[in-house]
Amino acid sequence: MRNLVSSVLAIVVITAVFGFGYPALMTGFASVAFPHQAGGSLIHRNGKIVGSKLAAQAFTSPKYFHERPSGTSPAYNAAGTTFLNLGPTNPDLAKLVAGNAQAILKLERPYNPGLTIQGIPVDAVTTSGSGIDPDISPAYAALQARRVAAVRKLSLQTVQNLIEQSTDGRSWGFFGEPGVNVLELNIALDKLGGK
Amino acid sequence: MSGQGISQILVYAVALVALGYPLGLFMARVYGDRFLVGGPFSWLRSIEHGFYRLVRTDAKKEQGWKSYGKTVLIFSLVFSGVLYAIQRLQGHLFLNPDHLQGVAPHIALNTTASFITNTNWQYYGGEYTMSYLSQMAGLAVQNFVSAAVGMAVLAAVVRGIARRSAGTLGNFWVDLYRSLVYILLPLCLILSALLIWQGVPQTFHAHATATTLQGAQQSIARGPAASQIAMKQLGTNGGGYYNSNSAVPFENPTGLSNFLEMLALMLIPAAQVFMFGKMVFARRHAWMVFAAMFVVFAIGIGVNLPAEQHGSQVLRASGVNITQGNGQSGGNMADKEVRFGQAATTNWTVATSDVSNGSVNSGFDAQTPAGGAVPLVNLFLGEVIFGGVGSGLYGMFFYILIAVFIAGLMVGRTPEWLGKKIEAREIKLAALGALFVPTMVLTMTAVAIVTKSGLASVFNHGVHGFTETLYAYDSQSNNNGSAFAGYGATSFSASLGTVALYLGRFVPMLAALALGGSLAKKKIVPASAGTFRTDGPTFVVLLIAVIALTAGLMILPALTLGPIVEGLMH
Repeated sequence: MRNLVSSVLAIVVITAVFGFGYPALMTGFASVAFPHQAGGSLIHRNGKIVGSKLAAQAFTSPKYFHERPSGTSPAYNAAGTTFLNLGPTNPDLAKLVAGNAQAILKLERPYNPGLTIQGIPVDAVTTSGSGIDPDISPAYAALQARRVAAVRKLSLQTVQNLIEQSTDGRSWGFFGEPGVNVLELNIALDKLGGK
Repeated sequence: MSGQGISQILVYAVALVALGYPLGLFMARVYGDRFLVGGPFSWLRSIEHGFYRLVRTDAKKEQGWKSYGKTVLIFSLVFSGVLYAIQRLQGHLFLNPDHLQGVAPHIALNTTASFITNTNWQYYGGEYTMSYLSQMAGLAVQNFVSAAVGMAVLAAVVRGIARRSAGTLGNFWVDLYRSLVYILLPLCLILSALLIWQGVPQTFHAHATATTLQGAQQSIARGPAASQIAMKQLGTNGGGYYNSNSAVPFENPTGLSNFLEMLALMLIPAAQVFMFGKMVFARRHAWMVFAAMFVVFAIGIGVNLPAEQHGSQVLRASGVNITQGNGQSGGNMADKEVRFGQAATTNWTVATSDVSNGSVNSGFDAQTPAGGAVPLVNLFLGEVIFGGVGSGLYGMFFYILIAVFIAGLMVGRTPEWLGKKIEAREIKLAALGALFVPTMVLTMTAVAIVTKSGLASVFNHGVHGFTETLYAYDSQSNNNGSAFAGYGATSFSASLGTVALYLGRFVPMLAALALGGSLAKKKIVPASAGTFRTDGPTFVVLLIAVIALTAGLMILPALTLGPIVEGLMH
């Protein structure tokens, strides 16, 4: 009985401190110190939210760089992330990879004559873990550069420079792997004008 | 496998010891009698005593193992009720800006069990199931409390080992308060601030709606995520704010955040080994225990990384470029994130499965047969390779006792450990603690694959479906919480899981407390020439062998039916 009373009282105190006090304190700190990150790293254009630096969004037009495939429903659902969960020996995985590869070949070949399936980096045909991976590998960006340059009537060098600017290197040059942020890259392209 | 990738993992190992060692020594002081007596921070003690008065307990009164265990059980039971109620009623409560409804009964029950037991197995997607209130006042509180309960029990068991001719192990409320306030809270404040800086959201605003560049609407889930994620890592909880857990950029935005979260998830379990060494005055022995854990960790890396970098058969056969270099990390990128690549994903996979954390930064279901076998085997080792906060080390004590016992049999002497005679009662408790969970896993897996209701949860059919089932019960029973993810929630699977969660937590915990109580009563016998030395490399080899034999042999037949067949098929 003593334990019961102590438990109930402890739960009230602990919930108040760790359930409300601690997150409220951190939220206050975040809104002062890092308001941009705290709000979801949203990107504004002309006063409107166009997305988040940390979430992929659907790009289908040839004038844009495309994201990695997504396993969410609908694709790139930043409010319902999921793994695709196709096992390594699942025949559906083989079908999916083959289908993605064919689609890329069809889209890119007019601008990359001689492109074969061996030229497609693996991240381009596999779903990401979150379904909203905002990055593509520098290799996949390089593959798409010719198409985007041709469609937008820009020099390849200009597009390559923008890729470089939108590449997040390893943290402190050491942790993780470099990735090209697709949304930032496409916004930079739109800013240049072109078609 | 690049040199760069491997050096990331090496830096991780160095940082783990460099931070874990001093933290362990600090923790040994925190659980001591003289902590904060005198000195500039003695005012913290008045707050502490205020808490004891508030919850109406006598902090000076020490408890024997039975009384300690009873308090833990009652506390956990009452908290279970509260957590269940919050989830069911969230639709009528405040802090619900996205107007989510109450959580379905079987999901709420499983989730309650899951968070009370420091498991964080998730049969739901956080961002579309749980209101901010449920996340903050329900689940996040449990991240603290379940971790602190594990830490408190460990402190009590270690005291039992250190004491002689004693009847008590300490006071639960004191150990709980000190774990929460002096260890977990400061670490959480630091880590969550760093995570917010790196990009993890921390806000009470509802989902943001974006109009994408192509004109579509995109809803972006956010919330008070950073404060919860810091704790889920430090307390080996692992339950994600978002469904895809730490693969989601909002939970884990950069290579640095990934490193910090990985470090956090192993920090306290590693530090506890050093704490144990200090408290029982056997630092060399503690280093040997650490060495045994570290060797198993390194083996996991050594198997997973080459397998994942080599890629799956399907990817190799497809013809796409999976070679590392030229602007890509390569390898098996299915259900993985570009900013982590292979090395940081492997490091996470092995760390989280060793430590009973269960958070993931990639989808395990899509890993290669050899790569995916690593977390599966790690889970089956009973979460003693560092293991859950508290529970990992007291789980390791069972194996240490069995190792010492076997060594004693070989030389024909009564086994001793740290100056205490190990007798029939201790060995019985150690065997119960070590074998109960694997036995339960195998039984539950068997039930789930021969019944229609069990099979309804499987995503991939055939051999891989078996692996998914085995992993689901393995993960829940061992209080890990990571998922192959390919296992669906039905009322059957959620209920069976609930039983696995509670029994997997509290049976070994009570066995450990009983063991502590039993050792506390003993006198110290002086070491002699015939005493098996537990502070040398021979002990490390023996300990690893015992873990491999007891847990490993139990899982081998099951592994043969799952990943091994799958590997041979292709």
